[in-house]
Amino acid sequence: MTRIALYWLLCSLCYLAACSDEPWNNPYPGDQSQQNIYYDVFSERPKHLDPISSYSANEYVFLGQIYEPPLQYHFLKRPYQLTPLTATEMPEVSYLDTEGRFLPETVAAEKVHRAIYRISIRPGILFQPHPAFARGDAGTYLYHDLTSGDLADVYTLDDFIEKGTRELTAEDYIYQIKRFAHPGVHSPIGGLMSKYILGLDELGRSLADVQPHNGGSRYIDLRKHVLEGVRLIDRYTFEISLKEKYPQFIYWLSMSFFAPMPWEVDRFYSQAGMKEKNIVLDWYPVGTGPFMLTVNNPNRQMVLERNPNFRGETYPAEGEETDWEDGYLQDAGKRMPFIDKAVFSLEKENIPAWNKFLQGYYDTSGIDSDSFDQAVQFNARGDAELTQVMQEKGINLSTAVTTSSYYMGFNMLDDVIGGDSQRALLLRRAISIVIDYEEYISIFANGRGLPAQGPIPPGIFGNLEGEAGINPYVYEWKNTRPVRRTVEEARRLMVEAGYPNGRDKQTGKSLILYLDTPAAGPGTKAVFDWYRKQFAKLGIQLVIRVTDYNRFQEKMIKGTAQIFMWGWNADYPDPENFLFLLYGPNGKAEYNGENAANYRNSEFDTLFNRMKSMANGPERQQLIDRMVEILRRDAPWIWGYHPVGFSLYHQWYGNAKPNLMANNTLKYKRIDPVTREKLRREWNRPAYWPFIVLFFVLVVSVIPAWRSYKRRERSAAL
Amino acid sequence: MINYIIRRILYALPILIGVNVITFVLFFVVNTPDDIARMQLGQKRVTQEAIEKWKADRGYDRPILWNANASGTGKLTETIFYIHSVKLFVFEFGQSDSGRDIGHDISQRMWPSLAITVPSLLLGLFAYITFALILAFFRATYIDVWGVVLCVVMMSVSSMFYIIGGQFVIGKLLHLVPISGYDTGIQAIKFVALPVLVGLVGSIGSSTRWYRTIFLEEMNKDYVRTARAKGLPEKLVLYRHVLRNGLIPILTGVVVILPMLFIGSLITESFFAIPGLGSYTIDAINRQDFAIVRSMVYLGSVLYIFGLLLTDISYTIADPRIRLE
Repeated sequence: MTRIALYWLLCSLCYLAACSDEPWNNPYPGDQSQQNIYYDVFSERPKHLDPISSYSANEYVFLGQIYEPPLQYHFLKRPYQLTPLTATEMPEVSYLDTEGRFLPETVAAEKVHRAIYRISIRPGILFQPHPAFARGDAGTYLYHDLTSGDLADVYTLDDFIEKGTRELTAEDYIYQIKRFAHPGVHSPIGGLMSKYILGLDELGRSLADVQPHNGGSRYIDLRKHVLEGVRLIDRYTFEISLKEKYPQFIYWLSMSFFAPMPWEVDRFYSQAGMKEKNIVLDWYPVGTGPFMLTVNNPNRQMVLERNPNFRGETYPAEGEETDWEDGYLQDAGKRMPFIDKAVFSLEKENIPAWNKFLQGYYDTSGIDSDSFDQAVQFNARGDAELTQVMQEKGINLSTAVTTSSYYMGFNMLDDVIGGDSQRALLLRRAISIVIDYEEYISIFANGRGLPAQGPIPPGIFGNLEGEAGINPYVYEWKNTRPVRRTVEEARRLMVEAGYPNGRDKQTGKSLILYLDTPAAGPGTKAVFDWYRKQFAKLGIQLVIRVTDYNRFQEKMIKGTAQIFMWGWNADYPDPENFLFLLYGPNGKAEYNGENAANYRNSEFDTLFNRMKSMANGPERQQLIDRMVEILRRDAPWIWGYHPVGFSLYHQWYGNAKPNLMANNTLKYKRIDPVTREKLRREWNRPAYWPFIVLFFVLVVSVIPAWRSYKRRERSAAL
Repeated sequence: MINYIIRRILYALPILIGVNVITFVLFFVVNTPDDIARMQLGQKRVTQEAIEKWKADRGYDRPILWNANASGTGKLTETIFYIHSVKLFVFEFGQSDSGRDIGHDISQRMWPSLAITVPSLLLGLFAYITFALILAFFRATYIDVWGVVLCVVMMSVSSMFYIIGGQFVIGKLLHLVPISGYDTGIQAIKFVALPVLVGLVGSIGSSTRWYRTIFLEEMNKDYVRTARAKGLPEKLVLYRHVLRNGLIPILTGVVVILPMLFIGSLITESFFAIPGLGSYTIDAINRQDFAIVRSMVYLGSVLYIFGLLLTDISYTIADPRIRLE
């Protein structure tokens, strides 16, 4: 019997092995193996896919490939540079005074009455195929007046058989700008844009009283409502009028907030019954970009496929000096996109995602702290390099300093640590010295960070490198590098501040400070202990108040926190986007702005108002230098660090140059599916031996049991 | 029995109202409507006007439980509680705070949950009963002793260990199945195999011990002794008598969890990226989506009460001596 079972087992295994040479653990359908598909992960389902509402990096991964605002960031050039996308050229900006006279570009902001951006878009750009554009023989829209009966058998967008398209026009951009004022639409930058775009507030007020045109539908035909700040010049040209000079506006024109929105699409999705079926604009994007979302199942998988109507765009022919050597210009002038499809699978946990990357089922991967030592090591010079295992697999590493800051802030409204008294100032400086961010980065960020010398990260205009760029209150320049000032120096500052050995000279009591944080979890205890240790260097007792994120937000809004930790990711590569975090009229407690430290310095605020409307140049640099000096002196933040992004990619993945500002980078990526498939098969050969072992274990364990059973059956009753 | 069922359903109503109120109060003790709005609108550049607009659109701009400014029944009906929770009693789950139809989401996501829980239950039952019968059959022998020791060891290990260990050994080292993911149709089998196996192995210790106890208890009863005395072989005693009678408590224990199979498993779904209702609930808690949380808690309560009712009914089927009155 055993022999027959063994024979059966071996035959089954041979059959299994012979019936397909596909790896058994391939999570994708077999027919995709040789296809030109990019595979990646997403860890959180997108909240919004409506370009007017979306303001999150995990949503831009999809939206950036579908929607096309007028401008984009150049893929290769650094520092980051804007370049036309659907626009024929960079917008023409005019400044007018109150009399309507043109002013020069360098004019002071206070003299500008209107700033006008004229944008011309390329003709011949088509929207992706979509039922909103589908028309019947008589030219009427097939799906614009759907009844509940029509929708009875509709569950997804694919249930609409007919699809159509039309050419992109300037009217579509104007329609989208009007949507900032739509009462049913929530745009995170609606308030900001109302401050600048002429007439947006007024349009919002007038639309608030408008009832949708028929029962059940939520559609408001925005074409019929006038927005003073936008003007249609011709089919392909339009103007946006701002109430004041705001040079940073041009960066917003590269974000999906300013992507075109056809009225047909708004009308289609606004029909009665669509929302109940989750067929909404917030879920099914419609754009002119190189890709379109064909599978929208954020519970499992999101799939982008080539937009058949995409006009084609060529890979850039210029870049940085090293881009030729690095192979980033090999595709110069070739038509994009290079891949046919991108499959994003939901992975909530890091471990499965990491293992699938190692098996070749994801083309790229980040590195979380659990896998860091497996992937990266630091050489004698302190440079990051891949481990032997990664190198043998042909995996590549790319690093880039992010345009972000993680900082520790002091609440300037606090009686002890805040304010502009000499005592508080010296206390803040002393703490700034003893919190050793070099050590923090080494322990808690696996070396992936640069200690910050001020609010502006590297790569953004205004940041200075070398000795000129160090924070002299915290660092000294020694042997061609910044060296943190000593603890003794910080203790001297404490004595000057009236806190010798961390005790208040007047009362004799120990100084107790409070750090508010929403961070919680098993890993945070070590971080908290580390912070306590840093403060203890000065004899200060640090009390860490851990709260949930909502209570933390509440404390920040009320201005009741004393010390806090926070971060900021750049919206655009301009120093204004970092320095506004310390601009007085942006105070969080008083104005609900982004200045969480509630810092206010009149000289800084005046300089900020001048600096923000200036073009990059020596004069602007001079102002920024002065502003940064004021901030370093007043120390409202401990500047923390700028994270360095580490990412891994396989040998079959090309054009991997990191671009931290652009959201539409998928079109530049290249895949070699043949190499990928070969290596996947090599790396994922199934192991048959466990079946054989299992079989023998079963046999070995069953035999004595069987004997025992037989013996018992044969034995006589007592 | 019909009267009994009607009475039980009527008893369930105050329980469900209580669950609804407690969920609501607990949620709003921790989160204000402003918090919910802020969470949905994002963390950057959110103005108070945007928060007010978001709240007004979703009915969160009203008082929570009592509207002192309204008149008549409006004091009760023009509140967040009434607007968001009363429709639950007719299973109208409404829209999530992010704007999606919850009923539709639930109908989509219960299938992946069932794809894991139903095979886990059926295969598990088969495996646990088989092992328990073997241990009971070889009671007081080395097979029984070592089997129980193994069961105790296995039930002492965290379920997380089985999940991560299963993914590492079977998915990563042996390359037998995908480490995580999900697909529909026949393709689902290769994704479901590992979570089902892990679930089965993870519960084998506790379940086998419990079933073994039940079988041993039955084996010491008079009718079993009689069966043996009349010369029936031991395997027939086990299969024909002990198993049948031992199945009554097992059956009732299983019936109570049947409706809960829809809800899925929170940890398993998260680790294996199964898009079921377990991960739906976890996501909603993390995103403070009150609309989904209250819907899932309510649905869980209804299913649990339904499970208890089914258990009572199953008693009458399994044991004809029991009558529901």
